[in-house]
Amino acid sequence: MTQPRIRTPLGKIEGLGSARSGTHHFWALRVSSVALIPLSIWFVASALAYVGAEQGAVAAYFAEPINAVLMFLFIITCAYHSSLGLQTVIEDYIHQEGTKITLLIFNRFACWIVGAAAGYALIRMAFGAH
Amino acid sequence: MSEIENSPGPGGRPYGRPLSPHLQIWRWSITMAASITHRATGIALAAGFVLLAWWLIAASLGPDSYDVFGRAAGTIIGEIILFGFLWSLSYHLLNGIRHLAWDTGYGFRVPTAHVTAALVYLGSLLLAAGAFAVGLMVKAGLSV
Repeated sequence: MTQPRIRTPLGKIEGLGSARSGTHHFWALRVSSVALIPLSIWFVASALAYVGAEQGAVAAYFAEPINAVLMFLFIITCAYHSSLGLQTVIEDYIHQEGTKITLLIFNRFACWIVGAAAGYALIRMAFGAH
Repeated sequence: MSEIENSPGPGGRPYGRPLSPHLQIWRWSITMAASITHRATGIALAAGFVLLAWWLIAASLGPDSYDVFGRAAGTIIGEIILFGFLWSLSYHLLNGIRHLAWDTGYGFRVPTAHVTAALVYLGSLLLAAGAFAVGLMVKAGLSV
């Protein structure tokens, strides 16, 4: 007697899962986490070097092209990784459909609004508007 | 199946269906604590991301705005939050590496998982304390 199949052959080769997005969320969270290993170490080292420094020194640091690019990558990856992680938390604990969808949308908006605000501040410093 | 088993019970689930045991059912283990801490530090870091945005915005606006941030960060509460941020980041980073090892198929043996969980707790505290100490020395004007 063969095992009962719960997946169709077509479903298996498509690999999309019940939500039609399959492993994308899992993979995106992992790839962003790999990027955040060096970026977060660089960020903490940078921030620690400027504890108690004057505003001009911090702005000058982010006006350096290498620092501006690394910080920009750090901000984008933080916003993306946070939105994916918080999405999982919402999906795990909020079961009422309307509340869940509202929070999922709010989560995406909030993460990218914070990211955009941080990115805008960075661009101002990168282009010397200080 | 009797009719009562299929009728909706608490939470809309049919009676007779198994429920997954929740936190208060399981005996605490370090791997369970490590998993919960990973999620808690992740949420804390999302809140910390807002503070990071504040820091950058303040730095981009000029000395007055930056002084407001600096004074807030220099209070006792500010320093506790900064230490919490450093520990959360250290923990989430180290335990994230533990997760990536699992994703590639390593570290699944129960004794290994217990040891790595303890190492993550210990390592994150050391990293955070070290980073905080460096921050204090930089603030005091000592060269590191």
